[in-house]
Amino acid sequence: MTTHPQLLVHGKADNVGVVVVEGLTAGTDMLCVCTEDNSDFRLTAKADIPIGHKVALQDLQAGDTVLKYGEDIGKMVGAAERGGHVHTHNLKTKRW
Amino acid sequence: MAFDFTQETVKAWRRENGRVGVRNHVLILPVDDISNAACEAVANNVKGTMAIPHAYGRLQFGEDLDLHFRTIIGTGANPNVAAVVVIGIEPEWTKIIVDGIAKTGKPVEGFWIEQNGDFETIRRASWKAKEFVHWASELQKEDCPLTDLWVSTKCGESDTTTGLSSCPTVGNMYDKLLPHGLYGVFGETSEITGAEHICEKRAANPEAAAKFMKTWKAYQDDVIEQFKTSDLSDSQPTKGNILGGLTTIEEKALGNLEKIGRTSTYIDVLEPAEAPAKGAGLYFMDTSSAAAECVTLMAAAGYVIHTFPTGQGNVVGNPIVPVIKISGNPRTLRTMAEHIDVDVTGVLTREMTIDQAGDALIEMIKRTANGRMTAAEALGHREFSMTKLYRSA
Repeated sequence: MTTHPQLLVHGKADNVGVVVVEGLTAGTDMLCVCTEDNSDFRLTAKADIPIGHKVALQDLQAGDTVLKYGEDIGKMVGAAERGGHVHTHNLKTKRW
Repeated sequence: MAFDFTQETVKAWRRENGRVGVRNHVLILPVDDISNAACEAVANNVKGTMAIPHAYGRLQFGEDLDLHFRTIIGTGANPNVAAVVVIGIEPEWTKIIVDGIAKTGKPVEGFWIEQNGDFETIRRASWKAKEFVHWASELQKEDCPLTDLWVSTKCGESDTTTGLSSCPTVGNMYDKLLPHGLYGVFGETSEITGAEHICEKRAANPEAAAKFMKTWKAYQDDVIEQFKTSDLSDSQPTKGNILGGLTTIEEKALGNLEKIGRTSTYIDVLEPAEAPAKGAGLYFMDTSSAAAECVTLMAAAGYVIHTFPTGQGNVVGNPIVPVIKISGNPRTLRTMAEHIDVDVTGVLTREMTIDQAGDALIEMIKRTANGRMTAAEALGHREFSMTKLYRSA
């Protein structure tokens, strides 16, 4: 099980990744894999983050654009530290 | 496991119009809501038939009535249907449905309730239904090319795992099969919002690109701008999407578009329930993103198998089209495995490539075409939801 990644990232340009395991707890040293080229890196989770939810790969501030699939998926409306949880509490669409 | 897609065959029914069907239903099809009871009585009398009750069909007009007729006729005309008994309240609209289905060459007969009552209508329609069942049950399957199938897609209860695993699985299947003659279709107009510029670029020709942008913009202007109260944040993404980790409509749209793969391009844009008419390949259909409505429209356009990626676990089925569920979310596989046909959780653990996942889906399409009941079929999911454009007269 230890070889299974806890976090997957779509593209090299992305600044968020996705938790792909259940029960991830704060402090976990996550194996992170970028699906674009299978490269990997490690990152410490700063919160208990549910499966499917996003993790900041770098410190993000309000106003920052969030990139996933290498594309703009919205803007931060609050801060998230590297390894922190990114979701509806701090990320919002630019459309509506 | 490597497929030579041009040599792959399935055992299926070649219909009168040359199309290939993977199921052999005898339908008892109501023209309108008030004929549901008679249809259900006939289906109860004659085993091996299926009634498809629905909510509409009276006092509709204009484009909305056209869509109603197109949906009912298309459902009866679908190659998964061997023969149809049509029941309406009165003869004229009943005849429109019967004549529309009859163009396929399949057996169809209409009955109406006015001047007959339910009892006499049910009696006469039951005799015809029984005749159709005896006839249909002796139809033999034959070897048909896999790529003669029409395979639709739409995802539901999406989460971030669908964009990583189950949606690109469908995309891989399309990239492999569309070049060999498969018909495909994707839709969900509202759900493309946030990735419409990417979808526009995936058109095979400038006409399709312009038609897509016109369709997408019309939805924004005519529906969202007219009816919104705040924004669509309470519906798009859905509550289920948000629980699954999707935050914005852009993020959802990008995951959704993974279903058309890396190389596939769409050749035309279809009205809801409109049959494709420009040959083999991928189409975009203007549909709702609600699962049952979308699958119903694609089935009415003539698609015979539906591939349905899900993250959080949408359970939708269709009366006439087998809906193959694909999921890569390990929690969904743990908590509701009875709904999933193709497990691609290995994509998230990096034990399965998207290429392997695509092959696994193609294998399941073959098995489904050959007769394997899908999870939705085994569980009795027969959601038939008509799309309605505006209030009836």
